[in-house]
Amino acid sequence: MSLGKTEVEYISRLAAIAVEENEVDQVAAKLSNILDLFKQMEAADTEGVDPMAHPLDQVQRLRADVVTEVDQHEKLQSIAPSAENGLYLVPQVIE
Amino acid sequence: MSWEVVIGLEIHAQLTTNTKIFSGSSIAYGAEPNTQACPIDVGMPGMLPVLNEAVIGKSVMLGLALNAEIGRKSVFDRKNYFYPDLPKGYQTSQFNYPIVGKGTLEIEVDGVKKTIGVTRAHLEEDAGKSIHGAVPGQTGIDLNRAGTPLLEIVSEPDLSSAKEAVAYARKMHELVQYLGICDGNMQEGSFRVDSNVSVRRPGEPLGTRAELKNINSFRFIEKAIEFEIERQIELLESGGQVVQETRLYDSENDVTRSMRTKEEANDYRYFPCPDLLPVVITEETIEAISASMPELPDAKRARYVADFGLSDYDAGVLTGSRDMAEFFESVVEKTGGKDIKLCANWMITGFSGALNKDGLSVKDAPVTADMMAGMLNRISDNTISGKIAKQVFDAMWNGEGSADEIIESKGLKQITDTGAIEALVDEVLANNPSQVEAYKGGQEKMLGYFVGQIMKASGGQANPGQVNQILKAKLSD
Repeated sequence: MSLGKTEVEYISRLAAIAVEENEVDQVAAKLSNILDLFKQMEAADTEGVDPMAHPLDQVQRLRADVVTEVDQHEKLQSIAPSAENGLYLVPQVIE
Repeated sequence: MSWEVVIGLEIHAQLTTNTKIFSGSSIAYGAEPNTQACPIDVGMPGMLPVLNEAVIGKSVMLGLALNAEIGRKSVFDRKNYFYPDLPKGYQTSQFNYPIVGKGTLEIEVDGVKKTIGVTRAHLEEDAGKSIHGAVPGQTGIDLNRAGTPLLEIVSEPDLSSAKEAVAYARKMHELVQYLGICDGNMQEGSFRVDSNVSVRRPGEPLGTRAELKNINSFRFIEKAIEFEIERQIELLESGGQVVQETRLYDSENDVTRSMRTKEEANDYRYFPCPDLLPVVITEETIEAISASMPELPDAKRARYVADFGLSDYDAGVLTGSRDMAEFFESVVEKTGGKDIKLCANWMITGFSGALNKDGLSVKDAPVTADMMAGMLNRISDNTISGKIAKQVFDAMWNGEGSADEIIESKGLKQITDTGAIEALVDEVLANNPSQVEAYKGGQEKMLGYFVGQIMKASGGQANPGQVNQILKAKLSD
C-alpha cells in the first residue's frame, strides 16, 4: 500500500507535525513501508486469539480516591510561555 | 407522506469522586484557576496516569441498573485532537472495550411505556476550560476540570420524539442521582445531554443527523429538538439537504444555529493507551457492587403503590428524588406507619409545596423528618386538626420550633372537651335564631354555616368531628 502526497499532508495536519514540501516524498515512502509491514502481519492466522491491548500481560492497578496533590500552579506556570491571573494564556481561539 | 423522527442521546455524567480519574487532584467545583491541576493533569512529559478505583464501582453500578453487560476487561484508548484545553493532545477515553456494554432503560410518555436501548457507557476524562475575552487577543486556559471523570452514556437511536428524548434524559438523570454516582447538577455541567437528531421517510435508511450540544435544562432540550425536527423537515421538503454538524440552541429566539467552527474531519485516530493497562473486573467485585446498590426508582414506586396503597401519581412525586423518598420513608417510620396516606398528603402538598415556593432542595428544608413526624403524630392523636396543622407547619418552616413547642406556645391544642364544645354550640345557636328556624324549616345547608361559626368562635381549635356530632344532637332536640 502506498501513500500519496495528499494523504501525507492530511495525516501531518491531523498530527500537527510540519512536513516540509521537499520531505513529503520521503515521508510517504517511510509510511508506506510501515503499512506494508502491517499488510504482512495481516496474513498471520489470528483465529481465536484475543486482541492485545497492551504488550505487558498485566492488569491495571487502581488508586484509592483520596486527594494527594497540592496546588503547584505557580511552579508549573513559571515554565509556561505565558500566564496571567492563574490562567495559562494561548493565542486566541475563535469560537 | 409523513416523516419519522430518529433521536439518539449522548449523556456525559460527571462521577461523584473526590479526585480526578487519573490523578490525586481534587475535583471540587469553583476553585481558583489551575489550583487543582497537577503535573499529570497539565500533561507534563513523563507523567503516568493511575486509575481511580471509585470510577470503576460507580460505572459498574450504572451498568447493573441498566441490566447491561459489564466489560470484564475494559481498555483505555487515546482520542487524538488538538485544542488548547486538552494539554496532552489526546483525551483518554474508551473505544472498543467500554466498561458498560449494551443495556436498556424503560421510559413512559403519556402513559405508554417504551424500552430504550443503551448502546454503551464508557469512561473518559473531561477537558479543561477555555476562557475567552479575559485577556484581550488571548484565550485563558483553566485546567482544573481537565481529568475530571466522566461516564459517557450513549443511547441507541430508539427515541422518536422530543418528548421521548426528554423522558429518557430525565429518567437517566434520576437514576444516576439515586445511585449516587453523579450529582446531576446541569448548571455546573455535571450532567450534559447531547442530542443527535435526524428525520427520514418511514422505511428509508437513516437521515443525516445534526448534533445539539450545550443545553443545560430539560425544557430547552425539548424545545431545541422540536425546533430542529421542524427545521430538517422544512429543509428536506423544500429540496435541501441536512448537513452533519454541531448546532447550538439559542433559547432567547428558540432556534438552533450552526456552531460554525472550522470543522476538522472527525478523524480521532483512536489507539490503545500504552500508559494504562487493561482493567479487569472480577465476578466478586460485581457481586459486591450489586449488594451495595440502593433500591431503584421504578422498584420504589411499585412498592409504594403495592405496600403503602398510594396512587401512581403520589408514588411518582414521592420518589421524584432519592432525598425526597428517604425523607418520606423516614416520616412513615417515625409515625409508626399508622397513617401513610396522611404522611403522603403532607409530603406532597405541605412539604413539596413549601420547597417549590422557596426554591429549596430536600436537604436544605428547614423542616426535618423528625419535625414532620412530630406534627403528624399530633394530628393522629387529635391534639390538632388538619387545619391547625397548616398553621403549625408554616411556623415550623419559619423556624419557630418543633410542632409540640408551637402548639404549646401558640395555644393551638384542639378543644376536645365535650362541655367546652357544647358551650360554643349553644352560644352560636343562641346568637342565630333565624338561621335555626330556617334549618328546622328544612334548609339543611344551614348546618355548614353553624359549623363555620362554631369553628370560628373556637379559633379553629374545636374538634370538627365532635362539633358536628354535638351540633346535630342539639338541633334535633
